[in-house]
Amino acid sequence: MSLRIVVCVKYVPDATGDRHFAEDLTVDRDDVDGLLSELDEYAVEQALQIADEADDAEITVLTVGPEDAKDALRKALSMGADKAVHVEDDDLHGTDALGTSLVLAKAIEKTGYDLVVCGMASTDGTMGVLPAMLSERLGVPQVSLLSEVSVEDGTVKGRRDGDTATERLEARLPAVVSVTDQSGEARYPSFKGIMAAKKKPVESWDLEDLEIESDEVGLEGAWTAVDGATERPARTAGTIVKDEGEGGKQLAAFLAERKFI
Amino acid sequence: MAEVLVYVDHVDGAVRKPTLELLTLARRIGEPVAVSLGSGAENTASTLAEHGAVKVLTADAPEFADYLVVPKVDAVQAAYEAVSPSAVLFPSSAEGKEIAARLAVRIGSGIITDVVDLEAGDEGPVATQSVFAAAFTTKSRVSKGTPVITVKPNSAAVEAAPAAGEVEALEVSFSDKATGTKVVSRTPRESTGRPELTEAAIVVSGGRGVGGAENFPVVEALADSLGAAVGASRAAVDAGWYPHTNQVGQTGKTVSPQLYIAAGISGAIQHRAGMQTSKTIVAVNKDAEAPIFDLVDYGVVGDLFEVVPQLTEEVKTRKG
Ligand SMILES: Cc1cc2nc3c(=O)[nH]c(=O)nc-3n(C[C@H](O)[C@H](O)[C@H](O)COP(=O)(O)OP(=O)(O)OC[C@H]3O[C@@H](n4cnc5c(N)ncnc54)[C@H](O)[C@@H]3O)c2cc1C
Repeated sequence: MSLRIVVCVKYVPDATGDRHFAEDLTVDRDDVDGLLSELDEYAVEQALQIADEADDAEITVLTVGPEDAKDALRKALSMGADKAVHVEDDDLHGTDALGTSLVLAKAIEKTGYDLVVCGMASTDGTMGVLPAMLSERLGVPQVSLLSEVSVEDGTVKGRRDGDTATERLEARLPAVVSVTDQSGEARYPSFKGIMAAKKKPVESWDLEDLEIESDEVGLEGAWTAVDGATERPARTAGTIVKDEGEGGKQLAAFLAERKFI
Repeated sequence: MAEVLVYVDHVDGAVRKPTLELLTLARRIGEPVAVSLGSGAENTASTLAEHGAVKVLTADAPEFADYLVVPKVDAVQAAYEAVSPSAVLFPSSAEGKEIAARLAVRIGSGIITDVVDLEAGDEGPVATQSVFAAAFTTKSRVSKGTPVITVKPNSAAVEAAPAAGEVEALEVSFSDKATGTKVVSRTPRESTGRPELTEAAIVVSGGRGVGGAENFPVVEALADSLGAAVGASRAAVDAGWYPHTNQVGQTGKTVSPQLYIAAGISGAIQHRAGMQTSKTIVAVNKDAEAPIFDLVDYGVVGDLFEVVPQLTEEVKTRKG
C-alpha cells in the first residue's frame, strides 16, 4: 500500500521585506513579496526523505491561502512533491489559527493520508500551534518538533529536543508530525524539478468543496480580534566607537555607567 | 472574582520562573487557580501559594511522563470543566503552546500565543504581542469562548502575594487518544551552572565571528564575569559550535534581558526577532556596516578576540 503523505505549507511575506498590517489589521500580503515559508521547506524535505525510504509513497502539498499561494505549492512541487491542493476562497480572508486548522483538517481528510508533515511554525505568525491543532482535530497522534524523523513498518519515530530534555518519540500511523530547522537542510529545486513541477496537478478547492460554512472562518468567524497595531519606535542611535586598543575598556566604562558592573 | 487557570511548568516540583510571572498576570484579571501535573506536583503548592495561587489542583499518573502532551490536555480540560475559569494561561514553552492549542480546539475558544503583556479589559483580557521580528506591537483579545493565552518569559515581574494555595486532587480520566505518542526515552539536559537563557538579566551571545567551538570560551568567560547566560546565533549553532538550546532568534529562544551583548553576530532579521526587545544592546563586530549596529546602545567596531577578553578583564577588575 502506498504511503500517503500530506505536507502543509504556508505562503508568507518575505521576512527581509518591510512587513506590515493592512487597514483591517490582517497581515498585508500585497506590498511584500511572498514565498514558501522557509520553515516549511524543512517539512517538504523530510517528507521527500521519508518517501524515498518507503516502497511506494505519494506526497501531496497542501496550502490554504490567496491566489499567489500557488507559488509556494510550485516551489514544493519543484523540490519533488507529487501533487498539490490549494484551498482558496474569498471568505477565508482574516482566518485565524483555529479556523485555518479546521480548513486544513477537512482538506487533509478529503485528500486521504497516512502521515501529515508540518513545519515547526510559520515565519509570519510564528505561533507554532497548527500541528497540535491538526492532531487534535484529526484524532491521530502528534509527534512534534522533531529534529530527526523516520517511518518504518507503520510507525513514525523521532527525536524531540526540548527545553529540559531530549525525548525519543514513537507513534503508529496515521499521525501528524512537525519538524524543526534542525532536521536537515532542504534541497534546492533542480532545473529538471522546476520543469517537471509545471506539469504536476494542482487542485483548487473552496469552502463548499470542504463543506465548511463561511461564517466558521474569515475575519467574521475568527476566535480572536486584533484591536490595534503600532510600529515599535526605532531604537535611538547609540554610541559607536572604533577599537584603537581600548575598545574593551571603553565598553566596560559604558556598562559601569549603566550600572551593569 | 473570576478564577483564572494557570498551567504550572515545573521540574520534579521545582516551579520554573515563567510560571510565577504568569501568576502576576493572572492576578490582574482574576484569582489564580494553578494546575500542577506529574511527579512532584504537590511540592509546587507552597511556592505557588506565596505568589498568589488561591487553589492548586494536582494530579499525578505515569501517563504524564510516558506519553506526549495529550494526557496533560486531558487533565487541563478536567480542571477547566471543574473550575469554569474566565481565562486559561500557559507559559509559551513548546509544550505549553501545544497543550494550549489542543485545549482551544476542544473547548472551542480563541487562542493568543507569545504574549508579552496582559491587562484586564471591558471585553476580556487584552494581550500585547510583539510581531514581525518585534517591529510591531499588537493588542488582541479572544472574541469567542474562554481566552486561552500563552505568555513569553520575562513578561512580568515575579511578585510575592501570599494566598491560600489550598491543594486539591484533580480527577482525570484519560481519553483513548492520550496514549497515542509514546515517549520511549528521555535524556535530561545537563545543567551548565549558568542562568537560564530566557530568564537571565544579562545574555552574552556569540555568532559566526567566534570562528569555532574552541573559541566559545572567550564568550563564556565574559558571560561568567557578568553572571550572564550564553546565547548563540543560528550560524554558530548550525556549525556545531554551540548547542541549539542556546540559540537566540526566530527558531531559537526569545530573550528580553536588561543587557544583551552580541559578539561576532551580524544582526540578521531572524536573530533580531529573538533579542530586539532587550533593554540595553551592545555589540562587538569588526564590520562597521553590520546591521546589528542599528540596534545598539553601544557598539565597538573591532576584533572580538581583542575587545571581548579586554572587557572580561576589566569587568573582573571593576568587580574586584
Ligand atoms: C527561517 C529562518 C530562521 C532563522 N532563525 C534564526 C535564529 O533563530 N537565530 C539566528 O541567529 N539566526 C536565524 N536565522 C539565520 C539568520 O538569517 C542568519 O543567517 C544568522 O543569524 C547569521 O548568524 P551570524 O550573525 O552569527 O553570522 P553572519 O551573518 O555570518 O555574521 C557574522 C558576523 O561576525 C563578524 N565577525 C567575523 N569575525 C569577527 C571577529 N573576529 N570579530 C568581530 N566580528 C567578527 C562579521 O563582521 C559578521 O557581521 C534564520 C534564518 C531563517 C531563514
